[in-house]
Amino acid sequence: MNTIKELKKSFLIALWFMFLTFPIMVIKVNTVEQTIDWRWNRLAMVGIFSFFASWIWRYLLQRKEMGQKRAEESETPTLTFQQRVLQNPKFTRPALVVICIFAAIFPFYFSMYQVNIMTTALIYVILGLGLNIVVGLAGLLDLGYVAFYAVGAYSYALLNVHFGMGFWACLPIGAGLAMLFGIVLGFPVLRLRGDYLAIVTLGFGEIIRLILENWNEFSFGPSGIANIPRPGFFGIKMSIHQSLIYIYFIMVAMVIFTIFVVRRLQDSRIGRAWIALREDEVACQATGIDKTKTKLSAFALGATWAGMGGVVFAAKTTFINPASFTIWESIMILCIVVLGGMGSIVGVIFGAGILILLPEYLRAFSEYRMLMFAAALVLMMVFRPHGIISAVRRTYQFEGSPEKKASS
Amino acid sequence: MRHRISVVALTAMVGVFLLFGGTALAGDTIKLGVAGPHSGDLASYGIPTVHAAELVVKDINAKGGVLGKKVELLVEDDVCKPEVATNTATKLVGEGVNVVLGHICSGATKAALGIYKEAKIVVMSPSATNPSLTQSGEYPNFFRTIASDDAQAKLEVDFALNTLKVKKIAVLHDKGDYGKGLAEYAKKFLEAAGPDKAEVVLFEGITPGAVDYSAIVQKIKRKGAEAVIFGGYHPEASKIVTQMRKKKMKTIFISDDGVKDDTFIKVAKKYAEGVYATGPKDVSKNPLAIKAREEHKKAYGSDPGAFYDNAYAAALALLNAIQKAGSTDYDAIVKALRTNLVDTPLGKIKFDKRGDAIGVGFAMYQVKDGKYVEVK
Amino acid sequence: MDYFLELFLGGLTRGSIYALIALGYTMVYGIIELINFAHGEIYMIGAFTALIVISVLTMLGWNQLAILAIATLAAIVWSSAYGFTAEKVAYKPLRGAPRLSPLISAIGVSLFLQNYVLLAQTSDFLPFPNLIPDFKFLEPYEGIVRSTEIVIYVVTAAVLVILTVLIKFTKLGKAMRATAQDRDMAMLVGVNVDRVISFTFIVGSATAALGGVLIASHIGQINFYIGFIAGIKAFVAAVLGGIGSMPGAVLGSLVLGWTESFFTGYISSDYEDVFAFLFLVLILIFRPSGILGRANTDKV
Repeated sequence: MNTIKELKKSFLIALWFMFLTFPIMVIKVNTVEQTIDWRWNRLAMVGIFSFFASWIWRYLLQRKEMGQKRAEESETPTLTFQQRVLQNPKFTRPALVVICIFAAIFPFYFSMYQVNIMTTALIYVILGLGLNIVVGLAGLLDLGYVAFYAVGAYSYALLNVHFGMGFWACLPIGAGLAMLFGIVLGFPVLRLRGDYLAIVTLGFGEIIRLILENWNEFSFGPSGIANIPRPGFFGIKMSIHQSLIYIYFIMVAMVIFTIFVVRRLQDSRIGRAWIALREDEVACQATGIDKTKTKLSAFALGATWAGMGGVVFAAKTTFINPASFTIWESIMILCIVVLGGMGSIVGVIFGAGILILLPEYLRAFSEYRMLMFAAALVLMMVFRPHGIISAVRRTYQFEGSPEKKASS
Repeated sequence: MRHRISVVALTAMVGVFLLFGGTALAGDTIKLGVAGPHSGDLASYGIPTVHAAELVVKDINAKGGVLGKKVELLVEDDVCKPEVATNTATKLVGEGVNVVLGHICSGATKAALGIYKEAKIVVMSPSATNPSLTQSGEYPNFFRTIASDDAQAKLEVDFALNTLKVKKIAVLHDKGDYGKGLAEYAKKFLEAAGPDKAEVVLFEGITPGAVDYSAIVQKIKRKGAEAVIFGGYHPEASKIVTQMRKKKMKTIFISDDGVKDDTFIKVAKKYAEGVYATGPKDVSKNPLAIKAREEHKKAYGSDPGAFYDNAYAAALALLNAIQKAGSTDYDAIVKALRTNLVDTPLGKIKFDKRGDAIGVGFAMYQVKDGKYVEVK
Repeated sequence: MDYFLELFLGGLTRGSIYALIALGYTMVYGIIELINFAHGEIYMIGAFTALIVISVLTMLGWNQLAILAIATLAAIVWSSAYGFTAEKVAYKPLRGAPRLSPLISAIGVSLFLQNYVLLAQTSDFLPFPNLIPDFKFLEPYEGIVRSTEIVIYVVTAAVLVILTVLIKFTKLGKAMRATAQDRDMAMLVGVNVDRVISFTFIVGSATAALGGVLIASHIGQINFYIGFIAGIKAFVAAVLGGIGSMPGAVLGSLVLGWTESFFTGYISSDYEDVFAFLFLVLILIFRPSGILGRANTDKV
C-alpha cells in the first residue's frame, strides 16, 4: 500500500519535472537553418532521473526529520557523531598527529597541481576563519569580505611595483591596511542590522573593486599587475615547483597560527562579547558590553586575516587583477563558513576544503562541473542545515537537580 | 544511524578524491590542452575555442593524427580568473600536455604563462590581446593568432581621422581588461595626432551588463561627438548602437574585433547598419574558413561564436608545428612556428620572434546589408 | 532642460526595470526573510522560455501580437513553476534552520539554474525580438521616449497596483501579511502557511517573468548570465526602498535608476556604480531600514 503511494508520488514528481524542464531542455532552436531540434530523449532522461531521485530525496528527508525529532525529545543536548568524535581526545590526538604528518609530507608525494590547489584551499581556510569571526561569532552578515582580501593583495603588489618591497615586509603591512579598512567599513554600519548590513558590505566590496578597476594611475586598472615575485627564502633561487611547495608550507604555518589565535580569541573576553552580541544585541549592551568596540573589533580582526590571505594570494598567482575580487568571491567565502558550520573552526576547514577542492576534483565531469557543484551546495544545505560540523554550544549543566538546567 | 551516513559520505568523498586526484596516465598521444572560461559570465568567449579545437582534432585524427599519433584534447576551465588559471596550468602540465591552446583572457593568460614557461610548453591564445604579452619579451613560449590591442587601436584611430575625417571623438570602453586597454591606446593615439586634428570629447567606461545605456548615449549626443570608438564586446556595443539609432543619432560607431562578430548584427539587426569594426583580414573567401564554419554548423547547429576562426587557426598552427618539428620538443616547435607557413582560416600565417602572427592582417569592416564587408 | 528630461526618462526606464525584479525579491523577503538569490535566475528563465516560444511560433508564422501574448503567458507559467519548485526543493526543508542556511541554498539554486541553461541551451548571446508594436501616437516624441519604454512604465505601475490590492484587500493577502508578521501565530489561527509561501513564490516569479519578457525586449539580447547582475541591482534597490515593502521596492528602484542616470549624465559613468553604492550607504546610515521600511525598534 505504502509502496504504491510512494510510487504514485514519485511518478507525479517525475511528470512535474518533465513539464518543468520541457522548454529549456527539449526545444533548441537552430538559429542557422531556422529549424527546431526536439530533443525528446532528454525528456525521458529527466523523467527517469527525477523518479528515482525523488525517492531517495524523500527517504533522506525522512531520515533527517527523525533525527531532529530524536534530538528534540531527548533531555540532554545531543551531539552529532562528528561533534562527539571531535570532543573525544582519544580520537582527536592521533588524528591530529596523522594530519600533521600528512600535511608535512603531502607536497613531496603529490603533483604540483595538487600542491597548488591545496595551497588555494589553505588560503580559503584563512579567509573562512577570518570571516567566521565576523559572521559566525559576532553574527554580522558580511557580503563584501573580498574587499579586504583585495586590499591585502593589492598592497603587496603595489608596494612591490613601486618600492620593490618583499613578501615578508608586505605581509604585516597588508594585514594592517586591511584592518584599517575593516575599521573604516565598521564605523558607518554600526547602526545597521541583518540584511541591511549585508547590502552595505556588499556595496563596500563592489566599491573597492570598481575603484581598482577604474583608477588606472593607482592600480593599473583591469589589466592588472603581473610578475609579482613569489616569496623569497634567503635569496635562494627556486623553481616554480619548489616555491609552490614553499608557499604551501607558509600557508600551513599561517593556518596553524590562525587556528591558535582564533581559538584563543573565542575564549577571551572579546570572543564572549561577540557571541553575546550575536545572540542578543540589547541584552548584550545591558550587561555593559561596549557595542561599538565589540563590532569594530570583529570587523577589524576579520579583515586582518583577509589581508594576510590576500598577500599570499598575490604572491602565489604572481598576477592580480580586479576580476579576482568580485562579489562571487565573497559569496564563496560566506558559503565556506555557513556550509562548514558557523562558529566552528574544524567546520570552516572542512568547508574550505570541500568548496575549493570540489570544483577542482569535479573537473573530471568537465562541463557539468559547476552544475554538480551547485547541486552539492543545495543538497548539503538541505540535509545538513547547520553545516557539516556545527559549533558545540558551551553548556553548563547544573549537577544538583536534573530538572534545572542553565546554559551560558 | 546518522553516523553511518556520515561515514559512507566520508568514504565516498575520499574515494572520489583518490579517483580523480591521481594524474592521468601518459599515453601514446599528442596532448593538446584547451584552457579558457567554460562556465561563468565569460563562458561565451571560451566555448567557441573548445568547439574549434574539437573540430580540428577530429579532422586531423581522421587523417591519421600528428606524427602517427592520435591527438587528445585536455579541456580545462579557468573561468577567466588568474588564480584558477594557475590551477588549470599546473593540472595541464601535470597531465603531460604538449601544447596549449589558450587562455582566453589576457589576465588569466599572464598568470598561467610562468608555469608553462618553466615546463617548456608552447601556449597559443586565440584572443589574449594585451600588448605586453608579446612585447615585454618575458614570455618566449607565448604565441597568438590575434592582433594586439595597440595595433587595433592604431587602425581604428587612423581610419577615423584619415578616412572618415572626424574630429570630435568619444572613446568608450567596458571597463574590462580588453576593452579598457584598447580604449586607452585609442586615446593615446588620438592625443598624439594633435588637438587640431582630433579631440577626445569623452573618455569613459560603461558598466557591462547594465540594462540600459540611455544616459551615456545622451551624453555622447550632448558632447557633440561625431564618432564613437568603443573598446569592448558585442553585447554592450549592440545595446549602445541600438539606443543611439533609436534616438535618431547618426554618430559613427567604430569598434574592435570583439564586436566584429555576427552575433552583433543578429542582435542589433537594422541598427547595426553602418557600424565599423576592425577584424582579421577578410576570410569569407578563404576555403578553410568556409569549411570551418560549415563544420561548426553541422556539429553544433549554430553559427560559431567569438574568436572561433582565431582558435581554429591556432589549433591548426600548433598541430602543424608539431608535425613539422617532427617531435614535441619545445625548441623544435617554437622554431617550426616561426619558420613554417601554415594554411589557416586566417590565411597563411607564421609567427614573429615576439609571438605575434605574421600574415594576420587587420582590416576595417563595415556592416552593409546585414553583413560585415571589408572597407577598401 | 532637455538633457535633464532625457536623463530623467533614462533613469525612469532603468528604475522601472529594476523594480520589476525587485518586487518579487521584496515579496519573498517580506514573507520568509530570505534573500532569494535565485530570483534573478527566475527572471532569466522567463526570458529564455519566452524566446523559445517566440522562435517556435514565428516559424509557424503566427501573428505578432498573438506570439507576444502566448510567449508572455508561457514565461509566466514556467517561471512560476521554477520558483515554486525551487521553494519546495531548496528552501522548504530549511525552515527552522539557521538564518543563513537558506541563503546558501539559494546561492546554490542560482548557480544551478545558470549552468542548467548554459548546458541545455547555449553560452552565446541570443537576439531577442522586440514584439511590442510601435504606438502611432508616440511618433512625434520618438527621439525622447519609445513605446517599449512606455509599456515598461505602465506594466511596472500596474504590477505595483495589482500586488498592493492583492495584499491589502484579498483574503490571501491577509494570510500573507499574517504569515509575514508571525508565522507560528498565523498557523495557529488557521492559515495554511505552506500554501501561502508557495503562492508568494509563484506571484513573485510571475512578476519576474513579466519583467524578463519586457526587459529582454528592451535590451534585445539574452544569455544565461543576465539574471545575476540584474538580480544584484534589484536586491540593492529593494533594500534601499526598505525590504519587505512593495512601494518601497519601486521607489528604491527608481531612486537607484535616477541616481545612476544623473551621475552618468553630469559626472562620469566610470564611477556610476561606486556612486550608487555610496548613495545607498548614505541613505541607510540616516534611515537604517531603507526609505519606506518600518523602523525596527529594539525590543526588550
